[in-house]
Amino acid sequence: MGVLWFLVLAIACSIPLSYVFRAAMAQVLPHDMAIAARDMPLTAAFGILVIAVYIFIATFAPLLAPYAERTVVGTSFQPWDSTHLLGTDRLGRDMLSRLIYGARNTVGIAFATTALAFVVGSLLGIWAALRGGWLDQGLSRFVDALMAIPSLIFSLLLLTIFGTSVLTLILVIAAVDATRVYRIARSVAQGVVVMDYIEAARLRGEGNWYLIRREILPNALAPLVAEFGLRFCFVFLTISSLSFLGLGIQPPMADWGSMVRDNATLITFGDVTPLLPAGAIALLTVAVNFVVDWQLYRASGLKEQG
Amino acid sequence: MNAVLVMIAQRLALGVLTLFVVSVVIFGATELLPGDLASALLGQAATPETLAALRTQLGLNDPAPVRYWNWATGVLQGDFGVSLATRRPIADMLSARLGNTIFLALYAAAIAVPLSLVLGVLAALWRNSLFDRVANAGALSAISFPEFFVAYILIFLLSQSGFFPSLVRLTPDMELSDKLYVTFLPALTLTLVVTAHMMRMTRAAIINLLASPYIEMARLKGLSPLRIVLRHALPNALAPIINVIAINLAYLITGVVVVEVVFVYPGLGQLMVDSVAKRDIAVVQAIALIFASAYVLLNLTADVLSTLTNPRLMRRK
Amino acid sequence: MMADLLLTIKDLKIEGRAGEDWLPIIKGVDLTLHRGEVLGLIGESGAGKSTLGLAAMGFARDGCRISGGEIVFDGIDLRKASERKKRGLRGRRIAYVAQSAAASFNPAHKLIDQYAEVPVLDGKSRKTTQAEAVTLYRKMQLPAPEEIGFRYPHQVSGGQLQRAMTAMAMANHPDLIIFDEPTTALDVTTQIEVLAAIRDIVREYNTAAIYITHDLAVVAQMADRIKILLRGEQVEEADTRTMLAAPKADYTKSLWAVRSFTRPELPHASTAPLVSVQNVTAGYGKLDILRDVSFDIHAGRTVAVVGESGSGKSTVARVITGLLPPRAGQVVYEGQPLPPDYRARSREQLRQCQMIYQMADTALNPKLSLREIIGRPAQMCLGLKGRALQERVRDLLALIELEPDKYIDRLPGELSGGQKQRIGIARALAAEPKLIICDEVTSALDQIVQEGILKLLDRLQREFELAYMFITHDLATVKAIADDVVVMQHGRIIEQGPKARVFSPPHEPYTELLLSSVPHMDPDWLTTLLTARA
Repeated sequence: MGVLWFLVLAIACSIPLSYVFRAAMAQVLPHDMAIAARDMPLTAAFGILVIAVYIFIATFAPLLAPYAERTVVGTSFQPWDSTHLLGTDRLGRDMLSRLIYGARNTVGIAFATTALAFVVGSLLGIWAALRGGWLDQGLSRFVDALMAIPSLIFSLLLLTIFGTSVLTLILVIAAVDATRVYRIARSVAQGVVVMDYIEAARLRGEGNWYLIRREILPNALAPLVAEFGLRFCFVFLTISSLSFLGLGIQPPMADWGSMVRDNATLITFGDVTPLLPAGAIALLTVAVNFVVDWQLYRASGLKEQG
Repeated sequence: MNAVLVMIAQRLALGVLTLFVVSVVIFGATELLPGDLASALLGQAATPETLAALRTQLGLNDPAPVRYWNWATGVLQGDFGVSLATRRPIADMLSARLGNTIFLALYAAAIAVPLSLVLGVLAALWRNSLFDRVANAGALSAISFPEFFVAYILIFLLSQSGFFPSLVRLTPDMELSDKLYVTFLPALTLTLVVTAHMMRMTRAAIINLLASPYIEMARLKGLSPLRIVLRHALPNALAPIINVIAINLAYLITGVVVVEVVFVYPGLGQLMVDSVAKRDIAVVQAIALIFASAYVLLNLTADVLSTLTNPRLMRRK
Repeated sequence: MMADLLLTIKDLKIEGRAGEDWLPIIKGVDLTLHRGEVLGLIGESGAGKSTLGLAAMGFARDGCRISGGEIVFDGIDLRKASERKKRGLRGRRIAYVAQSAAASFNPAHKLIDQYAEVPVLDGKSRKTTQAEAVTLYRKMQLPAPEEIGFRYPHQVSGGQLQRAMTAMAMANHPDLIIFDEPTTALDVTTQIEVLAAIRDIVREYNTAAIYITHDLAVVAQMADRIKILLRGEQVEEADTRTMLAAPKADYTKSLWAVRSFTRPELPHASTAPLVSVQNVTAGYGKLDILRDVSFDIHAGRTVAVVGESGSGKSTVARVITGLLPPRAGQVVYEGQPLPPDYRARSREQLRQCQMIYQMADTALNPKLSLREIIGRPAQMCLGLKGRALQERVRDLLALIELEPDKYIDRLPGELSGGQKQRIGIARALAAEPKLIICDEVTSALDQIVQEGILKLLDRLQREFELAYMFITHDLATVKAIADDVVVMQHGRIIEQGPKARVFSPPHEPYTELLLSSVPHMDPDWLTTLLTARA
């Protein structure tokens, strides 16, 4: 039951913390953003705060971690004490240090994968929507067929074939997710392409690149940014799940998913340590989802008024 | 009615076509192997002679369409070939596990579907109330949790203190009640994850519906809120709700993989993960095909059902 | 007189939610209505007419709240009445007819079941109710009154649905019906039938009504008394004839004056045509939208292409611009045939013909500043750069009567509807074209704003010797600005020629129907017309 008390305490602390953080943002930021900051819900402020902390930890991991990422510094499964704040893992590596390096590895790889999926998927999607005709039909039917296979299952299939290394992991997940991004980007862009201003631009002879860059992208950006957040969560969870299954990021690299797997036995003995990396994953996805939810709400609210 | 039959026939044909394409993709994926299956299997130990022998044995010397044809016709007759790792027939490995996985998925669905529909409808009716906000924040958090996190929290809370077993041991002659008891934790894990998704989607679908002009008209006719929901909203809500259910049952397919591993549940997902680790491509292909077919069939069913509940499509001009 | 007072609204205030704040929508309006009386509620978009109409039922939409004043219906205070009590009134003693019947009928139920819902709940037998429904359908002049009720909403046309909805509102013989723009979405020829049916039935049952519309000529036919709203405040109120003859407030006078804009007619064109559409047949898929369409557009003149929805008038524009290559026929520009597909046309050819769209909101990229929206065509088509380009943008802004310094860096979202339409005009002018196609450019605008746009277009035409092709369904606009008229129906040209000739008898039957269907500002117009047609 100690965990529950800890959770209640954490939530109780995070509310005033988010409140202070929101007030601080409203003070520091330039005018327009300050107004947005002032009006945002506490959940979104909490989300931004958490994301900022994660970025900070990931950036300065080597400075923050008390021990090296891969060095064995004690015996296996040491309990929490003053030298190893969160104890040690199965091989006797410092848990806290690996947790901190994990922020860099897990989040970094998930971010790179999402970014890759996004560039490929959204450019193809917008291009298909703009060109229409056989190109659009061909690409879309191809993507439909790929999407008829559940993404985790497809990823597993591809990983079997290409083996498990960080690079294949990034490429495989990015390829699978690019199909989902393509769908969204295409439908958003289709909403824009039917607008009269696109017709006007075409009728004065603008090329595809200008249309994408100046006419479509600025108008598709808001939904795409929200989608980026959602996609990131999804990719992050998928990579973590794969690592948890032993098929993702491979040891000795510190990674949250495999840390849960390696130390899972402790849970049955009532030790919460293996839940910490899982909690770290959950906390970041919750934070991103809160921010995305707020952005989506804002986008829909603004639309209603206009 | 004929138009509807034609439309359903079209959907079914499209479903069969999709299944065909999916099977081609799954089969074709092996063609992407650097080298071929035989060299992947033998790895460092390959000599030209053993390679050639294995190629003949696996039928790799045939052109790809022939191999696809042999594989596909085999699958249709229930023959998935032999495992590359154990040399056992794959069909034998799958049969018991398929039943277990379906049992787990149905168990979770039986709890999750009614629960999330009720929660979603209530959240939509009382939108912006405290209930709605709490349910929403809760659902958003649950969506954000990896399945194994939910699973381990449940183990930590419910199994460590001895309420439910954390490892699932199924025996063929088990009573249903025992079976439900030992599989309770994995089913609950799946339920929690799926309910969150389904509740949010149901809520969005209902809110969208309640904003339509004919609902305002019903209110302006002086009808009671209950009558408005039952007679004016519900008949039009069937199609979106069917789609929500289908999407989430399909989501169960993915969720089941991780959950089976956590609870050491003897299902398809666990076998698939083991086979990926062993790079037993034949087994992975077979299971991927089963999961993908289930996914396609679910979507197809939803598509047909929502066509049947749409009055605009059912009664043409 | 006091005895037959039905509805009194005093100092009514309604607010709408905008984020965390509440903004006023109705700012203290009074209204009285007697039994059997029809009150016309007139106002432009955003005047709060619908909100006021719904408030007469004690109803506020989600996101709105009634914040002050009183609403008394037949001795019942609707602001204090319980929800249950108000529900008992709605659909029984106060009924509502919505603007879009197509969206307001439930797609899942038959028309007659929706008609019978409230009467059956109140204890009438289904059989009697259905018999009554058929009687009302007949009175509303619906075709096949015995059967039409057994159809689903999507199986019935818009004008018929609107009448079926009025019949549904009449089901319980209410004391009051709120009509919320019931004919706005309909074509003029359909509008007549609906107007006549509504007027007759309201008179026959001696029902009081609040008739909400933005169209003065329509309200003149329907209402005994007219009340004018402007941004949530009442401007003036008088009985219909007085109001039409002698409006008092400046705002009302300006509303009346709009209709008086006309321009001097040009002498007949003698030169060769600028654009000649020759025997064009075009369509999508297997369907022909245009069949053998030919007409000319002369430099410096305005051709108005008139027709109802589905007549193919917008498709003509798509053929001329090259967005829809025709199946047969061709478009000739200054004697040279244009390539059918715009992608095959040269920049110079594209430059010569520009478009202005109906919805300025979708015609202007909301993420670009006016500087780029107007500057880009000047840069592309005329090759202007740097200082010259900036000067050109400022000149164009000045030309459309927007102050360059103030507006050049704004986004479209920061402009009013009329200003946005002006930017659309400036963008078309930026390419220095010879022909501008105006697709329903004034239909989405309020009348006063419409007049400003028409005057601007007229001035620019004379200044730059522009040819306009004006696509519209609004004959009032045609009368105001056209030199030549092309009348279209079902993808064919019914009649064409100089305005004076097309608009003076004898007409083709369809032109006659179209012309006679446009409501006049004369309260007796509908009666006279119906007698003449019968």
